Amino acid sequence: MHRIYALREVREENARTRTLVCDGPLEARPGQFVMVWLPGVGEKPFSVAGDDPMALMVVGVGPVTHAINALKVGDRLWVRGPLGQGYELEGERLMLVAGGYGVAPLRFLAEQALRRGMCVEACVGARSAADLLLCSDLAALGVRLCLATEDGSAGERGLVTALLTGRLAAWKPDLVCACGPVPMLEAVERLCAQQGVACQLSWEAEMRCGQGVCGSCECRRPGWLACVDGPVTVG
Amino acid sequence: MPDLTCSLLGLTLHNPIVLASGILGTSAALLERVAQAGAGAVTAKSCGPAPRTGHPNPITIEWGHGLINAVGLTNPGAPVEAPLLAEARALLQPLGVPLIASIFGGTPREYGEVARTIATARPALIEVNISCPNVADEFGTPFAADAVAAAEVTAAVVANAGGIPVSVKLAPNVPDIVRIARAVGAASASALTAINTMPGMVIDPYAGRPVLSNRSGGLSGPAIKPIALRCVAQLAAEQDLPVIGTGGVLTGIDAAEMLMAGATAVGVGTAVWYRGPEALGQIVAELDEFMAAEGYTSLAELRGLALR
Ligand SMILES: Cc1cc2nc3c(=O)[nH]c(=O)nc-3n(C[C@H](O)[C@H](O)[C@H](O)COP(=O)(O)O)c2cc1C
Repeated sequence: MHRIYALREVREENARTRTLVCDGPLEARPGQFVMVWLPGVGEKPFSVAGDDPMALMVVGVGPVTHAINALKVGDRLWVRGPLGQGYELEGERLMLVAGGYGVAPLRFLAEQALRRGMCVEACVGARSAADLLLCSDLAALGVRLCLATEDGSAGERGLVTALLTGRLAAWKPDLVCACGPVPMLEAVERLCAQQGVACQLSWEAEMRCGQGVCGSCECRRPGWLACVDGPVTVG
Repeated sequence: MPDLTCSLLGLTLHNPIVLASGILGTSAALLERVAQAGAGAVTAKSCGPAPRTGHPNPITIEWGHGLINAVGLTNPGAPVEAPLLAEARALLQPLGVPLIASIFGGTPREYGEVARTIATARPALIEVNISCPNVADEFGTPFAADAVAAAEVTAAVVANAGGIPVSVKLAPNVPDIVRIARAVGAASASALTAINTMPGMVIDPYAGRPVLSNRSGGLSGPAIKPIALRCVAQLAAEQDLPVIGTGGVLTGIDAAEMLMAGATAVGVGTAVWYRGPEALGQIVAELDEFMAAEGYTSLAELRGLALR
């Protein structure tokens, strides 16, 4: 069954990206996702970007996301979830690694980790300065930031994984939590394995039923379903 | 300890609980996963002559008493499905869990062609889906409601199945399910699977429209259990083919009811939505527990009990 929210606030993050803040809470853990239905338009998965009130970060990439991003304060959203397995915090020092839009669930995770008294750092990477999202939010929470852009317009020039290599050695986090494009996640997984650091990674997949029935989101390894076994892998 | 061994068309299943078509049956690894979780047999997702992406989202919603779905027969097409089924069969063999293939088509000839392609993978049984409610008149629905057409499809599949037994999957929404069953039996079907989903519609009153992109879909889960029990009871009482009784089985007690209605084996689909991929094993354990507590020692003692 759907839960219907109205939008309380819409924040412009960049030209294609908005944070939608809803008018009520959702009991969800960072890394879990929801299916958002816009009647007459369609239904898509989004990771939960905040729980109280429920928030989502939406990048306009197709008809459904464009329609969602055209919503105004007071407009309604139909939500199914929370679904899937989220991150599981452990240890004292948490390193977040975000690529592009992957920062949305990690800002929510940072909030919870800080509330638990953990020390949080984030390596955030994007194509250019304009694509770096939620960095001021993270800084305001008290997260130490290391930035990288592919064109060098902000932070280090290059990939976020280069930053991570240095920080893994220098800071020695207990846990790395990452969200971003697949090649980035694979690189993070490799680096963490080399350094013997626990890592939790959030994988994106095509979601259809979202509840472990239709088989559309099988990925990573045979028989693994992103919707119910993930989207976060703990290993 | 009750004996849950189930014989179906000469096959020996560890237990009578069978994964229904369209639930987690999209890859060899997922079929293996459900087998490892305790299923007695597993059915693959229905496959047709050509690839289909299915309907756009939303394709499923839980509406309070079960699911409604209109996935739209998403499948890679028989030529791609056949090697996938062969791989599945190889993974399932050491577990002693038979593989059931499921096919659909638009004409008897197409059904025959799909059967011939799929038969190369040597599944233990070919299930013929003549009853998917979600693709309008494009695939199957007219066959399920018409005894002559259902028999024609059955004959085309049997002729191309290379000796593999054939089960025909029946729709609940027909005036006389036994008439359809007798017709497919006369066309040499070896078994029946009953029931497919029941056509329905779920409307969101705040949106003022149906939830599914396809508008209507098929109901499954708890809402259809009494419908399934009645269909299975009628089939068991009035014709001789064994029935894979399917519809609304979420627990081992539900499975016992299905056996008491006369089912030879019990199909389970929507339970996976509510209980996860482990559902089938849990249902087996609950059936075992129920039988032990009630003093049943074999499935034969349960089978058709409610018809006597
Ligand atoms: C999401 C979903 C997809 C299904 N896809 C198929 C299919 O491809 N072929 C088929 O014969 N039945 C399909 N079915 C019907 C089931 O196999 C089963 O007959 C029906 O759901 C009733 O059983 P249940 O209440 O245990 O789910 C599907 C059912 C669901 C819920």
